[in-house]
Amino acid sequence: MAGAAAAGGSVRSDTYASVRNWLLLPSWAGLAIFVLAPVAMMLVYSFLTKEFRGGVIWEFTLAAYDQFFFDRGLFGDEPAKIEWTYILIFWRSIWQAGLATLLALLIGFPTAYFIATRPAHTRTVWVFLITIPYWVNLLIRTVSMKFLLRDQGPLNDFLLWTGLIDDPVRIINTNAAVQIGLFYSYLPFMVLPIYASVERYNFALSEAAADLYADKWTTLRRIVIPSVRPGIVAGCILVFVPSLGAFLAPDLLGGARNFMIGSLIEEQFKGNAGNWPFGAAASMILLTLVLIILVFLARQQARAEREAAP
Amino acid sequence: MSARGDVRTYSGFRAMTLLCLVVLYSPLIIVTIYSFNASRSITVWEGLSLQWYADVFWGPESGKFKQAAVNSFSIALIAATMSTAIATSAATGIVRGGRFRLRTASLGLISLPLMVPEIVTAVATLIFFNFIGFTRGYLTILVAHIAFCIPFAYLPIQARMQGIEDTFEQAAQDLYATKAQAFRRVLLPMMMPGIIAGFLLAFIVSLDDFIITNFVKGAGVETLPTAIFGSVKQGIKPNIMAISTMLLVVSIAMVTISYVVSKKDSST
Amino acid sequence: MHIFAKTAATAVALTLGAASASAEGKLVIYHWFEYIPQELLDKFTAETGIEVTMDTYDSNEAMLASLKAGGMGTYDVAVPGDYMVAIMIGEGMLDEVGDGELKNKGNIAPEWADPSFDPGWKHSIPYQWGSTSFMVDTAVYDGDIDTTDILFDPPAALSGKINMLDSQGEVLAMAALHLGIPQCSSDREQLKAMNDMLQNAKTHWASFNSDTAKEVLVSGDAAVGQIYDGFGAKARAERGSLKYAFPTQGYVAWMDNVVLLKDAPNRDSAIAFMDFLLMPENIAAVSNYARYGSGLSGVGEYLDPELASLPESNPPASAGPAVFIEVCDEATQAVYDQIWTNVKK
Repeated sequence: MAGAAAAGGSVRSDTYASVRNWLLLPSWAGLAIFVLAPVAMMLVYSFLTKEFRGGVIWEFTLAAYDQFFFDRGLFGDEPAKIEWTYILIFWRSIWQAGLATLLALLIGFPTAYFIATRPAHTRTVWVFLITIPYWVNLLIRTVSMKFLLRDQGPLNDFLLWTGLIDDPVRIINTNAAVQIGLFYSYLPFMVLPIYASVERYNFALSEAAADLYADKWTTLRRIVIPSVRPGIVAGCILVFVPSLGAFLAPDLLGGARNFMIGSLIEEQFKGNAGNWPFGAAASMILLTLVLIILVFLARQQARAEREAAP
Repeated sequence: MSARGDVRTYSGFRAMTLLCLVVLYSPLIIVTIYSFNASRSITVWEGLSLQWYADVFWGPESGKFKQAAVNSFSIALIAATMSTAIATSAATGIVRGGRFRLRTASLGLISLPLMVPEIVTAVATLIFFNFIGFTRGYLTILVAHIAFCIPFAYLPIQARMQGIEDTFEQAAQDLYATKAQAFRRVLLPMMMPGIIAGFLLAFIVSLDDFIITNFVKGAGVETLPTAIFGSVKQGIKPNIMAISTMLLVVSIAMVTISYVVSKKDSST
Repeated sequence: MHIFAKTAATAVALTLGAASASAEGKLVIYHWFEYIPQELLDKFTAETGIEVTMDTYDSNEAMLASLKAGGMGTYDVAVPGDYMVAIMIGEGMLDEVGDGELKNKGNIAPEWADPSFDPGWKHSIPYQWGSTSFMVDTAVYDGDIDTTDILFDPPAALSGKINMLDSQGEVLAMAALHLGIPQCSSDREQLKAMNDMLQNAKTHWASFNSDTAKEVLVSGDAAVGQIYDGFGAKARAERGSLKYAFPTQGYVAWMDNVVLLKDAPNRDSAIAFMDFLLMPENIAAVSNYARYGSGLSGVGEYLDPELASLPESNPPASAGPAVFIEVCDEATQAVYDQIWTNVKK
């Protein structure tokens, strides 16, 4: 996404420099009021006191973060130990999102490469085919997946029919179902940026490698993949970040049992828990985590580009 | 030339691509097929029927879904229009505003909703509305949608604008057109494909949103995704599949339009 | 800000035609899922001209959370359970129904005349009452099911096939019955024991679902599921091998009530709706649909005769006591919240 905004070799002009601030004002105002201010407000709420049965009291405290990181026993009077519960939920989310990203990369990379090496006129049709599912409502796609994976659903029917299995496989309400759901939700996000990178890749490099007797898979590993790395990184971010905070896939496919971050946060506002400061604190921690990952990758990318430039 | 083809292709990649398409399409196709099922049960196939489509329009839940559809489409329409207008203005400022100090910051601000996980935006927006005492309802959904649609509308518009040389506007201004006239008569028509793409993207993103809407919606105001979610929680029913199939058709129609528009543009 | 928001929202809605204009008024209900037949709402609209919108929730606690998160002032009536009515009164979330405002109040059955959760029915009217226990698929397990061991210490055949309600009140009340300790106990040893017991029990549980409580049993995804009696009767109609248990340790009883919310935007419509539900033939339509008992007298002639003989609402002699969920004080509740968090994580 940042890559799209900073695409090189594009036209930049100062035709409208004199009215620039007026042109930018609506977006500044809109986003500052309805995105920045809410996030700031959320930060404030994460330091407030939880009100009994929902809501907040305007007294500042670190209780929400304390609850997140420390375990003080059932009655809150034992010496503090590290609280693993929420760290584990975050870890599970990272793990699930990571596996989904890996799966998407394994299928997405060959697909993107294959499409990018088609003749120009068929290429657009392939891209079109890959994009369509992305335009379809995420909820509907998740529901469709739920239907497909059911114990007595079409997938199990098919597997039984082929004789690969004798009894229906339990997929729904497992971690695997969540991974499949996440992978499926964001697969087009993986294919498109990689495709854009491979399309720009100079195949003369592969030919040169072949001339030097490199075998094809070595060429792929040593030449092609490093060259299209920005596309791969962008694809991984676009799959990983939304997967991390996903709510639909864990809720509909995972049976709402193995909590992921999204469900944990949702429960604080809409469910039984009713602990707003804690929900705000968990959201802040998630946001910080994502921003750290993005900044880290952006810096790596920048370094790689500096090194690539002569 | 054949050697070159050898260098480019990898065995197995075609199979992976086909697998990718199977994975992407099979759930959608299966739901479409089952939406025409004559059976009340979702598991048993009893032949073709349009009864679940009739149920969507005239069945007991039709009122709820009609209202949800009206809400969804009106919110998507207004949010996409507003965010496209804001994004067009912002893109002009950034691409045609010369060098200025806040350029990077402005770009960062605009792409912020893309970087913040949706659930975090949802929580932040809920807290914000609660803090300023806004009653949750239609308007809170609309405002939230306008804000997070801005970057989606912005990206295609900026991409398009960067491809237009500024000589056109300058020529217009040399011929005594005002800045506003040059914008309206020259730049805007040339940007149109980007604006349409941005609008459609924002429209779909708004129509698609569940998480944020679920957090900021108020009493009795449902959009299609929240209404479907409410229904699905109690088990998938055939009428949900019929609604899904119809939304599928709407989405595909919209991509096809944007595809044709961009195709037409690139050929002229 | 409030008024601005409302005006603007109304303006937007009107220009879009999104708001269905009606001279007679509106009513916004916050209700449990699958708990009122659409025909009855249509009948109410036909009789009064009031247009009804309804949102649903799946647990008392979720309803409370949503109302607290900016939902007050947008709904007219809600349908909390007994203990939640008491909590909402304590929180000042309910409006008072004046004497004589409800013409049909006299129809309330004498045995429900003065409930402890809302003495004198000042804020609410009875809706439905029933029990919460669990169902077992007898095709999967044919042993004795009338014990809470099925949920908390299940036989191997049922382990991993149990769906629990996603509701703190119902799960922890059953846990207290299972251990034979009082609800809202503040005894540290008892609370510790309960926490440990639940930590062990949850290894046998597959999922927490309230709104799909019936669906998971009918589809066979779960072989045991906590469920309300009427919902269970519906489940049994779709899968005959399901049996509702009446544990010897006891089970949960409840009464859901229609309450008048404070700051209700359409208070008159709300009163009209409550009066409507106080008519025997109307509440009987709910009972026939949801398969629970009503709190009115004179409903007999309108009821589906089958209701009287439902196995789900006729406990055998061996059944333990039916207990209502109690409201704990803040300090005790904090420990219960912690126990619940430990269960859910």
